[in-house]
Amino acid sequence: MKNRILLEGVSHGYGAVPVLKNLHLSIYPGEVVVLVGPSGCGKTTLLNLLSGYIKPLSGSITRNGIIRTVYQKDGLFPWLTVAENIGLGLRSLSNKTRRENELRELLHLIRLEGFSQHYPHQLSGGMRQRVELARVLAGDSDILLMDEPFCALDYQTRMQMRWELVRLLQKRPRTVVFVTHDIEEAAQLADRVLVLSHRPATICRELLIDSPRPRNGTDPGVVDAMKEIFSELGLQAAGNGDGYPKGVVDFSQGHEEVQIDQLVVNE
Amino acid sequence: MMRMETLPQQLAPVSTTFWKARSFFRLLLPVAVIAGLLAAWYLICALNLFPAYALPSPDAVWKSLQEELLAGRLVNDVIASLWRVAIGFVISAVLGIPAGLWLGQHLSARQAFVPVLNFFRFLSPLAWIPFAILWFHIGDKPAVFLIFMATFFPLALATMSAVAQIPAIYFRVAHDYHYKGIELLTKVTFPAVLPQVITALRVSYGIAWVVIVAAEMVGCQDGLGYGIWEARNGLRLDSAVCYMIMIGLLGMGIDRFLAQLTKLPKVRWGYES
Repeated sequence: MKNRILLEGVSHGYGAVPVLKNLHLSIYPGEVVVLVGPSGCGKTTLLNLLSGYIKPLSGSITRNGIIRTVYQKDGLFPWLTVAENIGLGLRSLSNKTRRENELRELLHLIRLEGFSQHYPHQLSGGMRQRVELARVLAGDSDILLMDEPFCALDYQTRMQMRWELVRLLQKRPRTVVFVTHDIEEAAQLADRVLVLSHRPATICRELLIDSPRPRNGTDPGVVDAMKEIFSELGLQAAGNGDGYPKGVVDFSQGHEEVQIDQLVVNE
Repeated sequence: MMRMETLPQQLAPVSTTFWKARSFFRLLLPVAVIAGLLAAWYLICALNLFPAYALPSPDAVWKSLQEELLAGRLVNDVIASLWRVAIGFVISAVLGIPAGLWLGQHLSARQAFVPVLNFFRFLSPLAWIPFAILWFHIGDKPAVFLIFMATFFPLALATMSAVAQIPAIYFRVAHDYHYKGIELLTKVTFPAVLPQVITALRVSYGIAWVVIVAAEMVGCQDGLGYGIWEARNGLRLDSAVCYMIMIGLLGMGIDRFLAQLTKLPKVRWGYES
């Protein structure tokens, strides 16, 4: 199998607003692809297209494998226990003992063995996201879509969840499409970073990162990748003497009129 | 340093006694209010502010209560009323909750039906009394009909708005895990609105219990409402007060029972802030 996901000339929009324009993209088995881009550029729309939740206006999307999504938050059913929520991912297994073994193994994997009968509202945000990870990893899933899965967490938990994801993917390799606005997160997790442009979004930069995971934030590969992404988004110091990146207004200079256009990255 | 070491040890026993006292007071306060009301009632009767036929004394009510219980009439009326409320309420829930589920999922159905549903919701069920008697004559049926008319509309509307407000993310997750059709309805939509449905059941039960008393004043030969009406006809307000006490206590008791439903683990999330 060559591609897990293949997008050919995909365009989408809402009413008169074009969101995605003529997107071509192949995602290979086992690859971790991270999408970064300015907010509102259509990253979530792209994920909804990939998951099949919405259909594109034009172009074709080919998927090979079972796709599941990790949401930002509140993706667990609050009326189900941790075990039952993970069980959603095991629905396709007809064998009851296999389901139970798999559930036990997943609970062990996310280190929540003692919490199988708890309900989501009884868990912390980080624990809930771990349950979501277990749910998408359960059974025979192939492709994981992650829609800013850690951005609703506090800083330390977010860091821990990055390690957690790397560890889980080493145990259970999957093809991952990960959307984030956290550039450090992108550089630490990705095999390939795709930088999206402003709406209507196209891929304006593709970046391969091949240093081994887990990667520290200070790894040279990570730092280099972050520099590249920052500069692609217009957030890198341009060296024009004032010490500010070209997309950022210098408020300390007492600008009389702040032009909103100047605040928008990647014009 | 000494203080820091001794402080927690002192705090612990102090706080337990404190909380024990608090919970004791919490039980004692309503009892005190009830005792106060009874005392005021006694006082007003002892001062002969109203004639005895217009305001029965606590003693008269107590005596009357014993008579009613011995004669078995009160128990009979309680059973009759509970039966009618239960039947009307169950019919209402069985039709109203699915109607609300259906309306919540279809925007055009909502647009079509909501004005009519709201119209009937604001129409006092007692306005249906003439029709109830004409259509269903006497006995349980007119009362059951009135209970149904009183509770169907609020139940259907509350369920409907709960369904319409289910966060879209639950349906996206449901799509990911291939929930479709009837399974989507029973495994996702229904549990997602269950906490609000339970609240709506409590509210409409309250309406039903209020309506049954009025409904039984006409077209019934027994029931709590009929009992009050009979007492009025015989100028036995002591007996009417017995019935009133019974109505209040039963209403509270059944609401406490329905409140227990909110403690079920599958719906607990809906009541956590």
